This record gives sequence, structure tokens and C-alpha cells, in this order.
Amino acid sequence: MFDYETLKLIWWALVGILLIGFALTDGFDLGVGALLRIVGKNDEERRVIINCVGPTWDGNQVWLILGAGAVFAAWPVVYAVSFSVLYPAMLAALFALFFRPTGFEYRSKLTSLQWRGFWDWALTAGGALPAIVFGAAFGLMLTGIPFHFDAEMRVVMDGGILDTLSPFAILAGLVSLTMLMMHGAAFLNVKTRAAVQTQARQALRFAAIAFIALFALAGYWVIYHLQGYHIATIGNMNAGLAPTDKHVVMAVGAWMQNFYDMPWMWIAPAMGFAGALAAIMLAALPVTAFLTTGISVTGVVLTAGFALFPFMLPSSSLADHSLTVWDASSSEHSLGLMLIAAAIFVPLILAYTTWVYRVLRGPVLVEDVRRDEYGMY
Amino acid sequence: MDSLVEISRMQFAFTALVHFVFVPLTLGLSFLLVIMETVYVITGNKIYRSMTQFWGKLFGINFAMGVATGLTMEFQFGTNWAYYSHYVGDIFGVPLAIEGMMAFFLESTFVGLFFVGWKRLSKYQHLLVTFLVALGSNMSALWILIANGWMQNPVGAAFNAETMRMELTNFSDLLFNPVAQSKFVHTVSAGYVTGSVFVLAISAWYLLKGRHIEFAKRSFAIAAGFGLAGIASAIVLGDESGYTIGDVQKAKMAAIEAEWETQPAPASFTLIGLPDQDTMQTRYAIQIPYALGLIATRSIDEPVEGLKEIITRNTARIKDGIIAYGALQQMHKGQKDAATIALLKAHENNLGYALLLRKYTPNVVDATDAQIHEAAMHSVPRVAPLFFTFRIMVASGFTLLLLFVLAAWAVYKNNFMDKPWLLRMALWSLPLPWLAAELGWFVAEYGRQPWTISGILPTWLSTSSLTAGSVTASFIAFVLFYSALSVGEMYLMIKYARKGPALLNAH
Repeated sequence: MFDYETLKLIWWALVGILLIGFALTDGFDLGVGALLRIVGKNDEERRVIINCVGPTWDGNQVWLILGAGAVFAAWPVVYAVSFSVLYPAMLAALFALFFRPTGFEYRSKLTSLQWRGFWDWALTAGGALPAIVFGAAFGLMLTGIPFHFDAEMRVVMDGGILDTLSPFAILAGLVSLTMLMMHGAAFLNVKTRAAVQTQARQALRFAAIAFIALFALAGYWVIYHLQGYHIATIGNMNAGLAPTDKHVVMAVGAWMQNFYDMPWMWIAPAMGFAGALAAIMLAALPVTAFLTTGISVTGVVLTAGFALFPFMLPSSSLADHSLTVWDASSSEHSLGLMLIAAAIFVPLILAYTTWVYRVLRGPVLVEDVRRDEYGMY
Repeated sequence: MDSLVEISRMQFAFTALVHFVFVPLTLGLSFLLVIMETVYVITGNKIYRSMTQFWGKLFGINFAMGVATGLTMEFQFGTNWAYYSHYVGDIFGVPLAIEGMMAFFLESTFVGLFFVGWKRLSKYQHLLVTFLVALGSNMSALWILIANGWMQNPVGAAFNAETMRMELTNFSDLLFNPVAQSKFVHTVSAGYVTGSVFVLAISAWYLLKGRHIEFAKRSFAIAAGFGLAGIASAIVLGDESGYTIGDVQKAKMAAIEAEWETQPAPASFTLIGLPDQDTMQTRYAIQIPYALGLIATRSIDEPVEGLKEIITRNTARIKDGIIAYGALQQMHKGQKDAATIALLKAHENNLGYALLLRKYTPNVVDATDAQIHEAAMHSVPRVAPLFFTFRIMVASGFTLLLLFVLAAWAVYKNNFMDKPWLLRMALWSLPLPWLAAELGWFVAEYGRQPWTISGILPTWLSTSSLTAGSVTASFIAFVLFYSALSVGEMYLMIKYARKGPALLNAH
């Protein structure tokens, strides 16, 4: 059907689509979680906010689960290295994520204000922490992380467990947090009315401004300060390669090479900025503003992907052992099989997800949660 | 390294067993909800809608913990078992990815609509939603067990020396792995039993208290019928049938039965006794003639292999694997000529057995006879833990069979209301399905030792390159988080179960 090299490329695009799917859908759930205590001023308002995402966040989270599952299946070694070398960060995200299924389901099942207050904080952490960690993970993909392989392809960490904490990673974490808060606020702007909507709109503008500033700063950093990576020589990209069989060079600004070679790629960062700017100006048109924050989120994920390509996880301690789409992919057989599965199931998923959102369309009002104490989240 | 492996194993066992506290209830209760709602749609009797809604509330409380603890399972292969993930991700990752696309998306997308969609959907649409949640969760189990079945009996894969990993060669072998098939049927049946006992026990409690009689009677009847079918399937299609396939499965079987020597066919079954690994004997054994041969081979003329014979064969496999290991080392040093490649190919099937030696010597090629002997002696699991846990699981299963036969009979006779002893028995049986399920996983996975992938990758080599300290720290965090969340879950579950269907009247 496709040759191996093309299959590797297709899977790079597919995982990218899954990550964009995650950022677009569960992204606003994370943002809404982070904003819960900021936009919701009292118990009733918070309950309105929770019910905006309560019935759908679980389905959205599967984009993350499937994204990670696809990385495991399509790039096993990337999964192995990233999850084990970034051990503390991954576990922090995981523990924070525990609070979402439990928080959404349990918070309003008791009337005690202490109980609800605890879960409000838990949901805030469950939104904000993963948003920061996933952003930081992208930051670390750009800086590279210290690892190499031994002869048996066992990952060896070069450096302590906290060496991975770099200022650029923290900046990337904040870009992600403000971006998803912007997107989450835009979603609440659509799903709520009255006071909550006014507060959401305000949060949308603040988050968008902060995001634009941080995204610009990150761009400046990547262009003028950050060491990028570039493949100098590599074997036959159409064959099964070991990640150790190539030569990689590092240079400041190397991440920009793809943009210089293929100027159409500039559309990605342009989407990132323009979408956020438009959201600030069009906040009074909720649906339009939500679409523009979606454009912004898509643009940001694409920007990172385009800059990195074909790298997925560069090694800062032994650049030749960096993981790229050419030498970290699964076998041709596995990639082909999963492509067939994805071609069947992803359209189905999109179809029934759309149906569910259609059924649940319309705003969530304070009166709704007042009326239906046991029927809602 | 030893302590890293041990603490990683303990963490995996802990997180997986906690996850499986919540999973079987989801598997079973989801189909019970489908049954109740179907009766509502057909008869129009609103009490069945209340039943669906009330048991659905309890389902939701449980489901949340299943989702939370399930996340850990996906993270953990990468965080704690990085070498495993690299070595077999090409195969193992495929069913996991398909599970996400085919099953988990379905379940998770519709579960929210199940709770809030009652007023927005027609009753047929809502029933469809409930059915899709049940279908999604059960298909999820199918793909997970295909992945797990491959760990027990790795078919359809081959080693690639270039990429230093196992790669998928035949998807339909992976899909139709007989071990996976029998595990799936056994596991979901156990889930149906769990869901049924849950509904049966709580309904019995209402009946004993004289509360919600009409509601509890109907719930009891549905659970009794569904549970009887479930327990019959779990016992008859017990996944022991899969234990005759593959060498490691055979070793597991021999350990469960404390079969030290190969018995002439048909083998007798050791009902109970005291297995001793050092002397390789079972003391005080009470045996039933013919029974093991029938259970294990479904025949009276095939022998069941004993552990001593398996160890002898494994010794030979280790020695053969050393040749493959030596060839691979030469290739790593750059000697990639046809002869070396052919040598590796010829002995590749036993490469995993040579890897067992890595625990006892860094230099596999020059392993001494003593080291080979030690590796071979540890190439089968420890007998006593398997011997006893298996018997407790089976005893729980048969107790539940008795319960469901009695309950279904009483439902048929319509006199279970007059049998408080039966209602009490139902109530006190509540922990049994969980006990059986947890022990069942213990038998399946502890019995796979010393391998993560049977015959291919030893557990000892499967971990990440972490320090034991950081895994210990995360283990403590897991225990704290899981304990706190479980306490919250149990509190809500008991509170809502006590309130009973009355809570629905708040609408």
C-alpha cells in the first residue's frame, strides 16, 4: 500500500492529529479545571462550570489515552524514554489526573461545603498541573533530554532525575497553561450565561494576552538562544533503523531550519497568534471566539511539531542517539495494521462524538443545577 | 538492580490489583443496566427505569475510580518498564492502541450521556447509549486481554537484531491467540458474577430490612439469573483450559497443581497439601485420581508435565540460547556476516532463556554450569503461593455457584422473600467475587514468573533505568493517593447504597 518511509510519515501526522484532538477537546477541560475557582465565584457557579464539561470530559480524555497509546504502539522507544526519563513530571501529571474522574463524579454527591471545597481545589490541580507538564514535555523535546542507549538498546539516563527541569521547559509549561485556560474560558463563554459568562469572558481576555506574550517569548528563545538539532547523515530511511545509527549536529536556531526550507510552515505560528488575538476582539461572539482559540491551539501544536520534525526526542547528552521519526518507529507491519484500524475507527469516533455534543448542546444555567440536585454532576 | 526490580513489581502488582477492584464491577454492572433498561423499554414499567438510574448511580461512583486507576496502567509501562516497552512495544502496543480507538472511546464518550441524557433522549436512544457503554467496556477487556494473553503465550512475533526488539509478524495469531480467548471469556464472566453479587447482596440487604421491597425483588431476580449464567461460564470456561498451550503456561499449571514429577496419564489432582520447593515434594497431599488429567488435558491419555521435567528442558534451552546470545554480541561488535546472522536465527527461539542468566552473571556466554543450574531452577514459578491462592479462588467460585443456584431456584419458586438465610448468604457473599478476581490475577501473573513475556523477556531485565529510591517514593505516593481516593469512594458508595432508590425521588 505505502512504503515504509511513507508509513512512518503518515504515523507522524496521525499522532500529531491525535495530539491536536487532545489539545482541542480535553484541552478545554483542563483549562476549565484550572479556571474553576477563578471563574466560579460561589458553589452554584462552580457547579454550573463543572456541568459544562461533566458529561463530555471523559470522552475527551481518551484523546490523551489514545495519543499515549499510539505513541506506545507507533514509537515504542519514544514512549519508553519519555515516560521513564521524565519520571517525576509524568507521575505528577498522573496524580493530578486522578482528581478529574473522581472530582467531577464525587464533588456534588455530598452537600458538605468542605467536601466540595476540597474537590474544587483538586479539580483545579487536575486541570492546571497536567496542562503545565504536557507543555513542559514539549519544551523538553525542543531542548533535548540527557539519555543514550547501550548495545542492548537499554535507555541510560545521563544525569539526575531533576536535571530535566530547565527554564525553557517551565516557559513551555506556562505557554501551555495560558493557552488551555484561554481555550477553556472560550468554551465556558459558549456554554454559560449571565454572571459566569461575564467572568469567563474576562478570563478569556486575560489568558489570551498572557498566552500571546509567553508564546512570543518562547519563539524568541527558540530562534536566538536554544540549541536545535539537525540530522547530518542517516541510513536508509525506508528500512528498520536503530536510533543509534546516525549523525546529528546541534546549533543555535537549528529548529528554524524547517521554516526557512518550507516557508508555508509559518502559517502554524501565525495561527497561534492570530487565533488568540481574534479571541480577544471577538469575545462577545462566543462561538466565533471559541473557533479562533481552537485555531490558536492547533497552530501552537503544529508549530512545535514542524520545528521538531523529524525529531521526536533529541538527546542532549549524545545527540546521535536522538529519536527521530525515521529510526524510532514500529515495524512496517504494525504501522500498516494500525493505519487500517485508525482509518476505520477515527471517523466513527468523530461521528459519535459530534452526535453526543449535539444532544448536549445549549447552555448550562444556574437554574438547571438548582432544579436537578441528583441528576447532574 | 534486584531491589529496583522487586519494588517495580510490587508497584505494578499493587496498582493493577487496585485497578481490578473497580473493573469487574464495571464489566458486570453495565450489562445488568442494559438488562434492566431493556425490560423498562419493553414493558414501560417505570420501576425498571428507577432501577437503571439507581444502580447507574452506584455504577458511576465505581466507574470514576476505574478510570482514575486505569490511567496508571497506561503510564506505568513507560515509566517503570521502559525496556519492556521498547522490547515488545511493536506487538504489545498494537492491541492497546486498538483498544483506545475501538472500545475506550465508545465507553467514555457515552457514559456521560448515560447519566444526563434521560430527558434529552428518547427511551430507545437512551437504551442504545447504555448498551454502547457496556459494549465499550467489554470490548476494552477483550483488547487488554489480547495484550495480556500475548505476554502469557507470545505468538506471531519475531526478534529483529537490527532494532534489538521483538516485532509483529502475524496479527491474526495475536488476535486469535487461544490463551487470550479463554482469558477473555473467563475474565468478563467473572465481571458478570461481580456485578450480579453486588446487586444481589444490596437487594438482599433491602429485603432483610424490609425497605424498597418491589424494587429490591426485581433487582434480586435479575441479578440471580445473570449471575448464574456468569458463574457457570466462569467455572466451565475457566482459563485453565489455556494452560496446556506453551511451555510457560505448562510450568504455571504444574506449579498450581504442585506437579513435581510427570505423572502417567491420567494424572490425579492434588486437592490440598503442603508444597515444598526445596525438596520438590508435596507433603500431606490428598489426591483425587484422574481429575487433573481431565481438567488439564480434557482427556485421559495425555500426560501432564511435571516441574522437574520442565526444568530439565529449560536447562537445555538456556544452553542453546547462549549460542544465540553469543552471535548477537558479535553482531553488536560489528560482525554482521551471513554466518553470524544464520547462527542467531538458528538459536533465536531460545534467546530469551539465555537472558535468564543475566540475573546471575553479567557474562552470559561464559556462564558456569552452576549459574545455568540456578537460572533453570528459577525458570519456573514458586509453587506454594500459586498452589494456595488458586485453591482459594476455586473455593470462592464454587461457593458463588452454590449461592446463584439457590438464588435462581428461589426466584423461580418465587419464595426468596421467605428465606432470610438465603438473603443473608447473599449479603455475606459480597466480598467473594473480588477475592476470586484478585487471586485469579495473582495466579495468572505470578505464575508467569520469571518472565514478563513468556520465554522471551525475563522480568529482571524489563524495568526502566531508575533508582530503587525513586520507584519507592512513587510507590508510597500511589498507596497514599489510592487509599485516600478509595476511602472517599467507599464512603459515597455506602452512603448512596443506604439511601437506596429513594434518592431518585429528589427529582
